[in-house]
Amino acid sequence: MRREYVYKGFERFWHWTQAALILFLALTGFEIHGSLAFFGFEQAVSYHSAAAWALLVLIAFAIFWHLTTDEWRQYVPTLENLREQAEYYTVGIFRSAEHPTRKSAVSKLNPLQRLVYLALKVLVIPVVVTSGLLYMFYRYPQRLGVEALNVEGLTAIAVLHTAGAFFLVAFLIGHLYLITTGHTLSSNLKAMITGWEDLEVEPAPAAPASAEEVAA
Amino acid sequence: MRKIFALVAVLVAIVALAAGALVRRDTDPSPTAALRARYVKKASSSVDHSRFPELKRTFAEPQQVTEACISCHNGRAEEVMRSSHWNHERGEYIEGRGVRYIGKRNVLNNFCIGVAGSRESCNKCHIGFGWGDKPFDLASARNVDCLACHDASGTYVKKAGGAGYPDTGVNLTEVATHVGRPQRATCGTCHFFGGGGNNVKHGDLEMAQFDTTRDVDVHMASDGANMSCVDCHTATKHQMKGKSYSLSSMNRNRVQCEECHGAEPHAKEILNEHTLKVSCQACHIPTYAKVNPTKMRWDWSTAGRLRDGQSYEEKDARGDDVYMSIKGSFVWGRNVKPEYQWFDGTASHYLLGDPVEKIPVPLNRLHGRYGDPDSKIVPAKVHRARQPWDEQARIMVQPKLADGKPGEGAFWKDFDMNRAAREGMAIVGLPYSGKLGFVDTEMTWPVNHMVAPKGQAVGCAECHTREGSRLASLTDFYMPGRDSNRWVDGLGRLAIVLSLAGVVLHAGARVVVSRRQPDGRKDR
Repeated sequence: MRREYVYKGFERFWHWTQAALILFLALTGFEIHGSLAFFGFEQAVSYHSAAAWALLVLIAFAIFWHLTTDEWRQYVPTLENLREQAEYYTVGIFRSAEHPTRKSAVSKLNPLQRLVYLALKVLVIPVVVTSGLLYMFYRYPQRLGVEALNVEGLTAIAVLHTAGAFFLVAFLIGHLYLITTGHTLSSNLKAMITGWEDLEVEPAPAAPASAEEVAA
Repeated sequence: MRKIFALVAVLVAIVALAAGALVRRDTDPSPTAALRARYVKKASSSVDHSRFPELKRTFAEPQQVTEACISCHNGRAEEVMRSSHWNHERGEYIEGRGVRYIGKRNVLNNFCIGVAGSRESCNKCHIGFGWGDKPFDLASARNVDCLACHDASGTYVKKAGGAGYPDTGVNLTEVATHVGRPQRATCGTCHFFGGGGNNVKHGDLEMAQFDTTRDVDVHMASDGANMSCVDCHTATKHQMKGKSYSLSSMNRNRVQCEECHGAEPHAKEILNEHTLKVSCQACHIPTYAKVNPTKMRWDWSTAGRLRDGQSYEEKDARGDDVYMSIKGSFVWGRNVKPEYQWFDGTASHYLLGDPVEKIPVPLNRLHGRYGDPDSKIVPAKVHRARQPWDEQARIMVQPKLADGKPGEGAFWKDFDMNRAAREGMAIVGLPYSGKLGFVDTEMTWPVNHMVAPKGQAVGCAECHTREGSRLASLTDFYMPGRDSNRWVDGLGRLAIVLSLAGVVLHAGARVVVSRRQPDGRKDR
C-alpha cells in the first residue's frame, strides 16, 4: 500500500460542486417537468435557471483546468483491459479478485470509466447544456424578428433536455453504487473528499497504459 | 495559498452569478404611477354649456336638441353617421368571403338572437331617434342622439320600446345644458346591459363598474385609476377605438394594453418572454363576472311555458332569473375562469342564411394557432345556448320577439315560436320551412376588462401543471409542467428502475458472497 495524492484541490471542488448542482438541477428540473412538488413551479424555474448558470461557469473553469493541466488525457478511451474490467464487475468482484486496473494519479480511470465519462463529457452534458440554453433562449429570434432562426415550439428541445436528465439520474444511481467497489467500501469516497488514496503497489496483471502512452 | 485564492474566486463568481439570476430587478414603480397620474386629471369642458341661450330653452322634440348641438358643432353629426354606433354595421373583410357589411342586420347571437322584428325595443340602444321596424332614414342628421353619449347630468334615459327616443320624463333642457365627455355611466347604460340585463352578455362589463374597487377592475376602480371608458376607447372624428369580436372580424382599430403599458412591462424577463404568445389579459384577468353573475347558458327550447295562461319567471336564491317564459332557462356564473383560445385578431361569424356546417354552431369563431407569430392566447367567455333553427333547411332562425301588442306573431306576446320564426324570417327575407328545431350554439367573447391588481394575476402553476391546467384545451404546443413526451418519460423511468434493480442485485450478490467467505476481504 502506498498513499498517493490522486485528486487535486480544484478537481475535488469541481466534482462536489458539480454533484451538488446536478442534484439540485434534477430536483428543480423534475419539479418543472411535473414529476415532483417541492419548491412550487415558479421558484423551481427560478432556482433551476440560477443553478444552470452556476453550472455553466463551473464547466467553463473545469474545461480550462482540464486543458491546462493535461488532465483531459484521463478520458482518452482504450480497449486495453476493457474486457478484463467488465469481467471484474460481473464475475471477479464476487470472487474477491484483484482489480484488473491499477489506479494512479496519472491514470485514475479504468477503461470502462474512461468510456463512460468520455460519453458524459462529449455527449450527455453537451446535449443537456445545449438544450438547456435553447430552452432559455429559443424565444429570442422571434422577439428580435430574426425569422431565419425562429424555433417553432419546445417539443424537440424539451425531449432532448428531459431525456438527458433521465440519463443523468440513471448514471448517478450507478455512480453512487460503484463508489463502493474500490479497494475498500469507502476508499473511493475518502479519496474524493481528501484527495489521498491508498493504492496497491504490486504490479497489475496487465500494466495500465499511462496517459502519455495512450495519447501517443 | 494561490490555490485557495483561485478556489475562492471561482466560488464567488458562481455565487454571484446565481444570485444575479435570482434577484429580481427592482424597477421604479413609476410606469404605472405615471399612468395613474395621467388619468387622475379629468378632462373639463372649455365652455359652460349651461350659459348658452341656444340650450336654455324648452325643446318640443329631442331632434331640436341635436339641431342646437350641430348649430355650433358643425360636421360632427356627419362623423357620427359614419360610425358603427350609428349604422350598427361595418364594412369588414372576412377571410374566404371578401368584404361584407356585417352588423346587427345579419349577425346572430345566442342571447336574444337578433334585432330583426324587434327594433322598437332593441334600438333603445341606438344613438338615434326613431329606428324602429319601419324604414328609418340613416342619412338624417337631426335623428342623431348626441345626448345618449354626451349627457353629463346623469338624468338622460331612453324609453323602453321607444326605438331610441328619450323617456317622456326626461328634462331635455337640463340635459342639453349639462353635457360633456362620455362617462362610465353613459357608455355603461347600453354596454353593461347587453342581452337584456346587467352583465348578461360580456361578463366583464357590468353596472358594478359604475363605481367599483381595484379588486374588481384596476382601471375603472373609483379608488384606483378611476378611468372612464373613453380613456382607452379614444375616438377620432367620432370613430371609437376598440372591437368586440361578437361583431367584428378584422384586426384593426383595436385597443391594446401595450399602448400604455409597453410590450414587455415586466421586471422579470421570463414574463416578458411570455408576451410573445400570451396576451396581457390571459394572466391579468384571472376571473370575470366578479361582482354580479353573467349568463353562461341559455336554453330557448324551454321558453313559452305558461302558468294559468300567464308567462312567469323563476329566480334562484340570489334573485337572478333561471327561467322566464319569454326567454327560456338560464345558467349564470360568477367569478368565472375564462376559457383560453389562440387569437390573431380576426374572427368569422355565422351570417344570416349561412348553412349550418357544424354542431354546436359557432356563431362566431376566433382565428389563431400556436405556429402563427401574430396569434396570442386570449381569455374568453364562451356562451353556450340552445336556440331555434330551421331543421329542414339547416339554417339558423331569426324569430320575431318583441312587439307592442299581441297577435302580431311576436314570441314575447304570443308564445308561439313557430309563428315567431315565420314572422322573423319573413322580415329578414329568408325562407322558412316550418320545421322548427333547437340546436346548440356557441359564442366567444374575448374578456378584456376587470383587470385585477398585479398580485392577483394568474400564477405560473395554474397553467404549468399536469392536472387542471387553465390551458388544458390548447394542445397544439409543448408547455413545460403540463406536457411530457410519453416515450421519454416511459424509457426514462425504465432506465432508473433498471439501474436501481441492477444496483440492488449486484450489491446483494456481493453481500451473499462475502458472508460465504468468512476469511475473505469483507470490506469489498
